[in-house]
Amino acid sequence: MEDEQSFSDICGGRLALQRRCYSPSCLEFCLSCPRITLRSLTAVTCTVWLVAYGLFTLCENSMILSAAIFITLLGLLGYLHFVKIDHETLLIIDSLGIQMTSSYASGKESTTFIEMGEVNDVVINEAIYMQKVIYYLCILLKDPVEPHGISQVVPLFQDFGASGFTRQQGTRRGRILTVFHPGLALAVSNSLSRCCRF
Amino acid sequence: MGLVSRGAAEAGLGAASAVDRPGPPDAVPNPIPTPPAEGADLGSSRGPGMVLKAFFPTCCASADSGLLVGRWVPEQSSAVVLAVVHFPFIPIQVKELLAQVQQASQMGVTVLGTWCHRRQEPEESLGHFLEGLGAIFSHKPWFQLCRERGSKSWSCKATRWQGPASPAASGEDQVMLIFYDQRKVLLSQLHPPTALPNCQAGDTTASAGGLAAVFDTVARSEALFQSDRFDEGPVRLSHWQSEGVEASILVELAKWAAGPVCLLLACLLSLISAASACRVFKLWPLSFIWSKLSTCEQLRHRLEQLTLIFSTRKAKNPAQLMRKDLIGQLADALIPVADHVAEELQHLLQWLMGAPAGLKMNRALDQVLGRFFLYHIHLWISYIHLMSPFIERILWHVGLSACLGLTVALSILSDIIALLTFHIYCFYVYGARLYCLKIHGLSSLWRLFRGKKWNVLRQRVDSCSYDLDELFIGTLLFTVLVFLLPTTALYYLVFTLLRLLVVTVQGLIHLLVDLINSLPLYSLGLRLCRPYRLAAGVKFRVLEHETGRPLRLLMQVSIACILPCSLKGLREPA
Repeated sequence: MEDEQSFSDICGGRLALQRRCYSPSCLEFCLSCPRITLRSLTAVTCTVWLVAYGLFTLCENSMILSAAIFITLLGLLGYLHFVKIDHETLLIIDSLGIQMTSSYASGKESTTFIEMGEVNDVVINEAIYMQKVIYYLCILLKDPVEPHGISQVVPLFQDFGASGFTRQQGTRRGRILTVFHPGLALAVSNSLSRCCRF
Repeated sequence: MGLVSRGAAEAGLGAASAVDRPGPPDAVPNPIPTPPAEGADLGSSRGPGMVLKAFFPTCCASADSGLLVGRWVPEQSSAVVLAVVHFPFIPIQVKELLAQVQQASQMGVTVLGTWCHRRQEPEESLGHFLEGLGAIFSHKPWFQLCRERGSKSWSCKATRWQGPASPAASGEDQVMLIFYDQRKVLLSQLHPPTALPNCQAGDTTASAGGLAAVFDTVARSEALFQSDRFDEGPVRLSHWQSEGVEASILVELAKWAAGPVCLLLACLLSLISAASACRVFKLWPLSFIWSKLSTCEQLRHRLEQLTLIFSTRKAKNPAQLMRKDLIGQLADALIPVADHVAEELQHLLQWLMGAPAGLKMNRALDQVLGRFFLYHIHLWISYIHLMSPFIERILWHVGLSACLGLTVALSILSDIIALLTFHIYCFYVYGARLYCLKIHGLSSLWRLFRGKKWNVLRQRVDSCSYDLDELFIGTLLFTVLVFLLPTTALYYLVFTLLRLLVVTVQGLIHLLVDLINSLPLYSLGLRLCRPYRLAAGVKFRVLEHETGRPLRLLMQVSIACILPCSLKGLREPA
């Protein structure tokens, strides 16, 4: 079962959430970000090359132009490989664990897997960002020393800055939510609560 | 948007693709399987409401039909399949083998179910035969894995109890298949460390939770993987080593030779360490020199590394430095450089002895200091010229030690610079001493001017009444010192700047040495040759899924990042 919804993140960009249900015990959420646009790429390249050309007219050294080309290429490669995230996936497997995968624009994938035994709870947490309050989903991990304590808070979909979303009504912790319209966190945390009995 | 299919797929396993699941889009699927009504009949307990999981090795995916042998972990509701026993077999012998393995590994290995790898529709006789096996090897739950040859469709049934029950009884549960690579899981050593000696024989799952139990199971069942298909044993097994136990003649030879070689190296290194730790070297002049020479620091560092690991990798192989002509060129270049430096210093002193930057110096003091430093330089140059025939040979022997790494070569360079600029250091010390004396004298006489005195006992300034002659002499001396101040201050300033320059150069070299020392070359090498040593956790991938078939996942070992950059996606699970 697949369905797709679109949201906007705290900076106003478009996001698409796709939910896929492989089986009653396995769910996947995929949050994707718009691709890098030709306009922004052209703008950055033109800026860099104009600056380089300006320096060239001052210094009369053609190495500056070659250096500008190299800088543009390397910067683009580095940006695509290390910074620009294409989509983030959350895979929830019943009684095994939760896996978060970030795929970068160059194809690189970085994965984190959290076993179900380590998960204490999944909550929606509030944060103050600039002049507004945003809500983000995070996983609380169990403390090995203290059975009911919490050792770490792992925010989900962090690389987007996107899990924070503005909404009209207040929300309570955990699974009981009164949300005005179906939101990101509702979709995910409801599924999580069904899948993960903790 | 579907998941982009990745590169090489495993044998017989496909990449994930989106499959539509029938049903209303907003329906909430019921994930909790209904527990069987006969809860008391269950021979084995399971985690409350957990879905059944079966960990299946990828190497057995193409094996012939047979029995599944492994371990059932009730707390996780998961069955870890370790090997497949092929037909024909005698049940008694299978049970004997399992008892042997159980004794060797202190772990409960049993027959978990049947595995069927067939060509087309199942023959009725085979089906009954397989079900009959369930009566011989009783195990709850009994797994029946089935796969059609050449296709990707798997089916898996787990029955709660045997007997002439109808197949649609509520004893069947939904099973999730998770494929894992036995070799990688074994080599990555993600399992918890070996149990303490005082634990009882039997399952020790109390401390190993979740996936750690699975890894522990695989790691402890080495005894099961010892026999391959070339053995003439009564039972034919299929596992990751069934094509032949992994071994290599080179490795065996190296193991034989490693013992004595390691012993020899250890003796040598301990001798060197003992020699360097003897009391003679701790006496004051020697220990001061050792601490100042960066070569000694680097050599000590190198010695420590070698004692820990015998095969330290070289950062760079400066074999060219040992060639005679390069050493000769370096030695030839060294003397003119030293001469040039000395000449520049002489020019500088001549400039100071004149009217530097328009300042008017005290002629007498100027001449004295200038001549003194010039004589010093003259001595230094004669010294260098005296040493010039031997420089080449010294450099060659010093270059030999550069085979210990680029860092050692850089440290030697730093020391050579320090030795060559020793006269600058001396000048700095003289200038600083003079200046210091002058400042102390000035401050003391200034206090005398104001009628105060430094009280040594109380460490503070007290007032004091001086006699007239004391005041007179004090004022005279104060005036003399004040008028000589610019000269001394200028010499001090110039030589301090020179010394700072040399220190900066040496500091840069030390920075470079530190950088090279901290390069993760060992981790890089491991990453290239043995990536499983850097394993940090697992990741799952969902394989092709069809409705009505069990869910299949592929468990892969993920490699940790070698550089400590802030990759948020990578962290080690506890």
